[in-house]
Amino acid sequence: MDILDLTAVELAAKIKEKEVSVLDAVEAVIKQIEEKEEKLHCYVTIDKEGARKRAEEVQKAIDAGTLTGPLAGVPVAIKDNMCTKDMLTTCSSKILGNFIPTYSAEAVIKLEEAGAVIIGKTNMDEFAMGSTTETSAFGVTKNPWNEEHVPGGSSGGSAAAVAADECFFSLGSDTGGSIRQPASFCGVVGMKPTYGTVSRYGLIAYGSSLDQIGPLAKDVTDCATILEVISSYDVKDSTSVERKDTDFTKALVNDVTGMKIGIPKDYFKEGLDPDVKEAVLAAANLLKEKGAIVEEFDLSLVEYAIPTYYTIAAAEASSNLERFDGVKYGYRTEDYEGLHHMYKKTRSEGFGEEVKRRIMLGSFVLSSGYYDAYYLKALKVKALIKKAFDEAFAKYDVILGPVAPTTAPKLGSSLAEPIKMYLGDIYTISVNLAGLPGISVPCGLDKAGLPIGLQLIGNTFEEKKLIQTAFTYEQARGKFEKKEGK
Amino acid sequence: MANIISDETIEYVGILAKLDLSSEQIEQAKKDMGSMLDYIDKLNELDTEGVEPMSHVFPVQNVFRQDVVTNGDNREQILKNAPGEKDGMFMVPRTVE
Amino acid sequence: MAKQYETVIGLEVHVELATKTKIFCGCSTEFGGAPNTHTCPVCTGMPGSLPVLNKQVVEYAIAVGLATNCSITRYCKFDRKNYFYPDNPQNYQISQLYLPICRNGGVEIETETGKKVVGIHEIHMEEDAGKLIHDEWENCSLVDYNRSGVPLIEIVSEPDMRSAEEVIAYLEKLRLIIQYLGASDCKLQEGSMRADVNLSVREVGAKEFGTRTEMKNLNSFKAIARAIEGEKNRQIDLLNEGKKVIQETRRWDDTKETSYAMRSKEDAQDYRYFPDPDLVPVRISDEWLEEIKANQPEFRTEKMLRYKEEYDIPDYDIDIITNSKHLADIFEATVAICNQPKKVSNWLMVETMRLLKEHEMEPEDIVFSPENLAKLILLVENKAINSTVAKEVFEVVFDKDIDPEAYVEEKGLKTVNDQGALRKTIEYIVEANQQSVEDYHNGKQKAMGFLVGQTMKAMQGKADPAMVNRILKEILES
Repeated sequence: MDILDLTAVELAAKIKEKEVSVLDAVEAVIKQIEEKEEKLHCYVTIDKEGARKRAEEVQKAIDAGTLTGPLAGVPVAIKDNMCTKDMLTTCSSKILGNFIPTYSAEAVIKLEEAGAVIIGKTNMDEFAMGSTTETSAFGVTKNPWNEEHVPGGSSGGSAAAVAADECFFSLGSDTGGSIRQPASFCGVVGMKPTYGTVSRYGLIAYGSSLDQIGPLAKDVTDCATILEVISSYDVKDSTSVERKDTDFTKALVNDVTGMKIGIPKDYFKEGLDPDVKEAVLAAANLLKEKGAIVEEFDLSLVEYAIPTYYTIAAAEASSNLERFDGVKYGYRTEDYEGLHHMYKKTRSEGFGEEVKRRIMLGSFVLSSGYYDAYYLKALKVKALIKKAFDEAFAKYDVILGPVAPTTAPKLGSSLAEPIKMYLGDIYTISVNLAGLPGISVPCGLDKAGLPIGLQLIGNTFEEKKLIQTAFTYEQARGKFEKKEGK
Repeated sequence: MANIISDETIEYVGILAKLDLSSEQIEQAKKDMGSMLDYIDKLNELDTEGVEPMSHVFPVQNVFRQDVVTNGDNREQILKNAPGEKDGMFMVPRTVE
Repeated sequence: MAKQYETVIGLEVHVELATKTKIFCGCSTEFGGAPNTHTCPVCTGMPGSLPVLNKQVVEYAIAVGLATNCSITRYCKFDRKNYFYPDNPQNYQISQLYLPICRNGGVEIETETGKKVVGIHEIHMEEDAGKLIHDEWENCSLVDYNRSGVPLIEIVSEPDMRSAEEVIAYLEKLRLIIQYLGASDCKLQEGSMRADVNLSVREVGAKEFGTRTEMKNLNSFKAIARAIEGEKNRQIDLLNEGKKVIQETRRWDDTKETSYAMRSKEDAQDYRYFPDPDLVPVRISDEWLEEIKANQPEFRTEKMLRYKEEYDIPDYDIDIITNSKHLADIFEATVAICNQPKKVSNWLMVETMRLLKEHEMEPEDIVFSPENLAKLILLVENKAINSTVAKEVFEVVFDKDIDPEAYVEEKGLKTVNDQGALRKTIEYIVEANQQSVEDYHNGKQKAMGFLVGQTMKAMQGKADPAMVNRILKEILES
């Protein structure tokens, strides 16, 4: 048995049965990291010693019967925009290059309580701004399926680490598709829950009204299990929602009989790669064969989601990132003359180009005389987009479509044309604007052998329908072929 | 390009955002911001007359804390990452002349 | 002939609310902790921290709004005000711009020129900033975030005031209302009440307002009055010289009695307000509003009427005592213990006022407790001490809130009630002052006073003067 072939849930079961020790699992992951990391660079920080020490503690608690959960003893990687107590947390930015939080994000605490073992912090687009993980200040992450390609982003390190077995699962964050798109590009399952389901406390904000933490995992079962563990009503997060239906694993049911699935025609127009289109429609057919009612429909306003998103996200980001100023933590420039020069020099040296681009745009759309024309207008369109989804969910249980128009692009081909890169988010972004849950499940490979993701979108608080549909699809699809030579 | 961004605008936004751009960066920023705004102008195709701006997706409201002290002295932790520190305070360049 | 000008003044008054904790975190608001000991990730802007609203802040803000005749915004939100400064840890202040909690109110003020209503444009909730300390040795500034996140309400008046006198009357009125509500102690010196003055001048009869300036850093009523005078004259001088007033923020330097502009290229004053996505809206239901209304305390007018009915004290005393919530509280609590309203009132009106004036203190600064004042009154009442000693003891009570019973005991100040001992002393005094005895018998009443004085001196003041008089008369007449 190769430990690395196990899913997170399978591993935890074997640990519980004492077939595998927690340390065995940690050592297996460390060995894999030592082999792969130099090429792939999934991590910003790897804490081998901390993980080994923690493995012993967790093993004791499991042996003592105090830790019995479905993730006890499983090695996990955390996206580097979630605070981890006493462990470097950089957001892949020079400006936080030396920041060691004194507290952990609530989602991280939930995982620790469940007995997961943190291996390290994964690489990402700087402050989650990007779709390729190339804007990281600490180097690019490569796609484990083909190292000439990007892993997607912004949770690229989290997706690649799962795909390369450098961890058993990981946490990512999704502001405009940042979990689902890299999951799609790396052939793993990624889920963004309904806004407010996972606490944002300790998640370093990009676009506060859109950010949501979620799992990246080997299969739908792992994904549902992880989400169940990290979901919580947190009094420290005012936008946290109190829900009683977070027993997501109950939805791991192999049945879609009568499930109404809508396919937005607008998602299959020009710009969509033919291989992706074919694979996604094949997945829809498979679900139809399993008893789902699949229909095409018109979801309006699709083309307005991206400009709406970039206005709102940039505005919120420009404000959220003001706190990085060289006063309380993080990078401070060496030489300066006076306060404002220190601010400007610190921030200009500390932030990368993409981050500066969005801060400038965000500051502009909020500035005197432009607020109504840009920011307020975007909030109104957001209301219209939400309404369009409300209407769709009056008719359908689940919306089905691609995650991204293409498979993973080649390294170095995206950043030169920002708008073109932004267009890649067209199918994922409106889900964040409307606060909906969405899941990405691998559904095929393109001609070049790169993975394609199927996106399922649910109504707010209806993760269970998504999980049930995704699980049924996954069962029908069969094992997703892993990359050769692993 | 419909939106022409002037040097003054970039300089002004730089003051607001506390970013110093080099002359090449200013040219790039003018171009980038102009094309982004052109793109965002697409929203003007939509009639949003009478639409209530949506700042929060859910109608969650009235989330409160009770007025009870829960935090003790955290000074050491709070100052742990400070780039400059003196006498238990954050050290910054002088703010008044 | 020189042009006649009218001054137009509006105020922005910041009041620190008397909550136990900060507006968005569970840190204490207590004064005087060592720097940064009342801080946490939220009030120091640590990455990933999030604000959660203190309910008591909303209730105080509503209470102040109701007491100043405002309409309460039933659906209100918080906005971010973005500007970089080290005392502002997130580099945005959480405040309210678009939907402030109270609007369209007003309070009536009375000055020598009569009564008038000063309109209140709005009241909004916001967080206070930290404190900057300037280090001369290292040419740097140091930041203490203990005050960062302390809840404030900002009360924005209409430009309805025309003189420093009206401004002071308005501030005193606001202060009294807020103190009665218990929403703040409103101490200008300590900064729990701060006023920024917006001032413009215009020719008498003009309809349009002139260009206004905003003055900050005013921490006493006297400073406010001086700043208004100074700024008015500065603007009139400018206009008379044919120059223009520039709309700007100016800082008042009370020691130099001048203001100077706070302009800088880096202060764009473009705050890019937008709704804070980390906080959810506040909806104020009818039930909640009714509950707050029902819990409003007795205000001054009601209190004055009740005092008139319950206590037999002069209207003048009632006016003075109820003019400070703290003083009224002390009065009521002391009366509750010793049941001597007239005596209590006298102590407050005479000795307390004298000492306040002497120490340049406000009634709010009184530290003595009703228990100790009551004890002192009872000591006099029971003739344990005489009124001269009582005044001396009160000075110590006023200063340090000591227990007068213990103090009198310890210092041996008790009136000597042993008639035998007193008689002996008086006999000795009479013996030693035969000239005065003769004068007394010759009808010189002054001699009596002299002998009483000598006796009191010999008794170190610890005798009841009435008793001294009685015994002395007995001896002299015998």
